[in-house]
Amino acid sequence: MPTTPASRRSSRRPSPEVEDAPTKVSARKHVSPSRIVVKGDRGVKITRAVTIRRPAEALYAFWRDLPNLAQIVKHPVEITRVSELASHWAVSAPGDRRVEWDAVVINDEPGRLLAWRSREDAEVPNAGTVRFSAAPGDEGTEVVVTLEYNPPAGKLGAWFAKLSGEEPGQQVGDALRRFKALMETGEIPTTEGQPAGAKRKST
Amino acid sequence: MKAACWMGKKHMEVQRVPDPRILNPRDCIVRVTATAICGSDLHLYDGYIPTMEKGDILGHEFMGEVVEVGSEVKKRKVGDRVVVPFTISCGSCWHCARQQWSCCDNTNPNAGLLEALNGYSGAALYGYSHLYGGYAGGQAQYVRVPFADIGPIKIESDLPDEKVLFLSDIFPTGYMAAENCDIEPGRSVVAVWGCGPVGQFAIRSALLLGASKVIAIDNVPERLRMAEAGGAVTINHDEVDDVLERLKALTGGRGPDAAIDAVGMEAHGSAYDQVKQTLRLENDRPYALRQAMRAVRKGGVLSVPGVYSGFIDKVPFGAVFGKGVTIKQGQTHMHRYLRPLLELVEDGKIDPSFVITHRVPLSHAPQAYAMFAEKRDGCIKVVLDPSV
Ligand SMILES: NC(=O)c1ccc[n+]([C@@H]2O[C@H](COP(=O)([O-])OP(=O)(O)OC[C@H]3O[C@@H](n4cnc5c(N)ncnc54)[C@H](O)[C@@H]3O)[C@@H](O)[C@H]2O)c1
Ligand SMILES: [Zn+2]
Ligand SMILES: [Zn+2]
Repeated sequence: MPTTPASRRSSRRPSPEVEDAPTKVSARKHVSPSRIVVKGDRGVKITRAVTIRRPAEALYAFWRDLPNLAQIVKHPVEITRVSELASHWAVSAPGDRRVEWDAVVINDEPGRLLAWRSREDAEVPNAGTVRFSAAPGDEGTEVVVTLEYNPPAGKLGAWFAKLSGEEPGQQVGDALRRFKALMETGEIPTTEGQPAGAKRKST
Repeated sequence: MKAACWMGKKHMEVQRVPDPRILNPRDCIVRVTATAICGSDLHLYDGYIPTMEKGDILGHEFMGEVVEVGSEVKKRKVGDRVVVPFTISCGSCWHCARQQWSCCDNTNPNAGLLEALNGYSGAALYGYSHLYGGYAGGQAQYVRVPFADIGPIKIESDLPDEKVLFLSDIFPTGYMAAENCDIEPGRSVVAVWGCGPVGQFAIRSALLLGASKVIAIDNVPERLRMAEAGGAVTINHDEVDDVLERLKALTGGRGPDAAIDAVGMEAHGSAYDQVKQTLRLENDRPYALRQAMRAVRKGGVLSVPGVYSGFIDKVPFGAVFGKGVTIKQGQTHMHRYLRPLLELVEDGKIDPSFVITHRVPLSHAPQAYAMFAEKRDGCIKVVLDPSV
């Protein structure tokens, strides 16, 4: 990813992390204006990385078929393939609303990189890139994902912020962890559907 | 099925809950034939581990019979008799490939929580809080076991449950604690703080690995007696003025070559830490740890199997720095030890059932927890029978 003026600026921001707070999850927001893919001055940019013990080609193949992402994103999202380069995305929002947009692949280097962005008229303009490079010592592939979006104002904006968690990167981090588990083990760890006692004993 | 559920601080209940199901293709379901209460469970019982929820099924030391396997299970078969290690590991990640099984990348569905706290998340554990994955534990009649081909070890011989059950945790844990001491056979002196089940296995493992002397420290008479029966020289810390001076006297003034902290976050002996922990100003009471740090000889090893969960106070880091001490610790890399330790049991080198003092029906789990926590009735290790 070419370093944009925006991300360079954001990387110089003093870190708001509190090193010695035991349980407080730090808010590592990279809120900075972006001039490249997402227009506007309130864009959010998130970068997360993970190393996966699989060849880049296999990992790339998963992303190249963008509808696959629905498997690794926790919040329900529908992604349908429209054409070789285009896809349609739908996320449910509060009040029976759906946020939908069309995305198009803007850069594709098989086994190395994939980038996409929403079309002009999107309600929530967004863009993403995933890059694959060999991990040191021939142990799989480093995967770096960057997402940018321009949160809308008002209620929907507040909801979007909530969706992405206190820490905007958490959703992306979780998705990447699930992606790694799926690629390395063939499944995503879960406990959904397991037994538990009643919170108050019934008998 | 019946299961022992955590209902709050010092409050366990046996409840009827739905049977577990296969949730992922590499899972199996085990019908539990024997399960135990661990000192680690006491940290949950006493309310010191965050992210517990009412109704959580506890238990990470269990064995039984495979009764169902998922579609991607290749090795394990219905009918296999297995002991299940308490760490859930995938067998495929960078850490599993390096035998760092308790650091597995891929098994904790709540890894994000632990990552926020520790920087990175390790393996999930059975029945050990939502921070560690929230998996239902094995103090129950049935349990779901992920990665059935990776963790559970099949017991081919007809050794009784009681001789192999502790491969699920405390034997490997004591063994790894001793192995971490870099014992030079015939020379090394190892001091062990805590004569609970983990300490007992650490003592015997250190001697199996060739330690010339093991010195065990505790203040519970029956536990000290068990340590002596296992070959240790003991110190009752209530009966000596200064544990350090006593250790020096027993080691020609040099101090023990290695110190094992098999006590963990609820050490007794310091009112200061007790108060701070109660007020949540400190996560752990590191009293034994501090003593071990000061007692270990120069250039020695401090091995910490005892569990710590967060921030600790007044740790004499200068002592371990100044003496060039190596610190080794962590949740046990269980899968490394299953095969070799099973062989030790099969060869009759050790009979792990020595540690059992109580055999109790699962339905009496609440009373058993209280007895073990209060060290009543000479209780050192409780085995629960899920069939009753
Ligand atoms: N690393 C792992 O993977 C792992 C696995 C199992 C257990 N553990 C931990 O190991 C520790 C011990 O487990 P256990 O089952 O033996 O528990 P336990 O509670 O039965 O034993 C602890 C012993 O320490 C003694 N003790 C307390 N304060 C002391 C002090 N200041 N000096 C000397 N002795 C003191 C107690 O009297 C008791 O006998 C716990 O913290 C447990 O969570 C870790
Ligand atoms: Zn345990
Ligand atoms: Zn793993």
